[in-house]
Amino acid sequence: MVIECKHVWDHISGYLDGTLPAEVLEQVQTHLEHCEICSAILDSTRNVLILTLDERVFELPLGFSERLHARLEAEIRAIAPAPSGSERKRFYGKEGKSQGTR
Amino acid sequence: MTGTTDNRNEAQIIASILAGNTHEFHDLIRPHERSVYVMALSLLHNEADAEDAAQEAFLKAFRNLANFRGESKFSTWLISITLNEARSRLRSKKTMKMESLDEPPEGQGHVSPALLRDWREIPSEVLERQEFRLLLQQAITDLPLIYREIFLLRDVEELSVDESAEVLGITVASVKVRLHRARIMLQKKLVPQLKRDNPKRRWFPWL
Repeated sequence: MVIECKHVWDHISGYLDGTLPAEVLEQVQTHLEHCEICSAILDSTRNVLILTLDERVFELPLGFSERLHARLEAEIRAIAPAPSGSERKRFYGKEGKSQGTR
Repeated sequence: MTGTTDNRNEAQIIASILAGNTHEFHDLIRPHERSVYVMALSLLHNEADAEDAAQEAFLKAFRNLANFRGESKFSTWLISITLNEARSRLRSKKTMKMESLDEPPEGQGHVSPALLRDWREIPSEVLERQEFRLLLQQAITDLPLIYREIFLLRDVEELSVDESAEVLGITVASVKVRLHRARIMLQKKLVPQLKRDNPKRRWFPWL
């Protein structure tokens, strides 16, 4: 069966994920072999996905990691004081209330 | 990727943290910093909010680590916490334009791709241009929320279709439909920009 371009477009995402049923896949493939437009749409959609995965698109802000681990460290100490410490410091009731910055 | 090895190591680290070696949580999350931040940034539109939400998500993961069951991957669990954190922030932002978490009415759903004959630029070279990186970020951020969420989970965080369905609490069929629309929307938005940014020489009138 021959399918039109418009119908092929509906299957672009499934084609890229390899989730099309066998008979649809065959129709789409046959169409792509002859249709320059649909092939270009497929390639460009695939390119968008490749580009999205590139680490350069989203960069972490400077100092992100340091700030994160500093905040974590404070939390970890508050919740679970180091067991090795001779003095038994406990921060009862602190958990869940200390983050009132929102 | 060495998924199995990473997962085993992760499971060991988690067990160790729960046994009292809480400082190991730092090591556990190091490989996931970027993905959690990207998720938060793309949902919240704002670097400061995203950083705070990302920190909060990691803190929640720490506090709830005992509830993590090895059934899903740790990364998937983290991303799911991040999504919920971002969603609750979006809901509480009164000043922001309301974004619906519901599916737009059917019929508005059909999306057509941008037609083009070819894509001349090599993907990795395109990204050397700072303006294209921003364009791509913006295009993702501009997607309606339900499409942005699925696109982030599937194509940025690389969750499987099944994992994405579980995190979002929707059917696999819905995941596929939304994902398709999201991808075509991005193609439609980005491809014409590329052409305009990089006109072919033969378009110049004097040639």
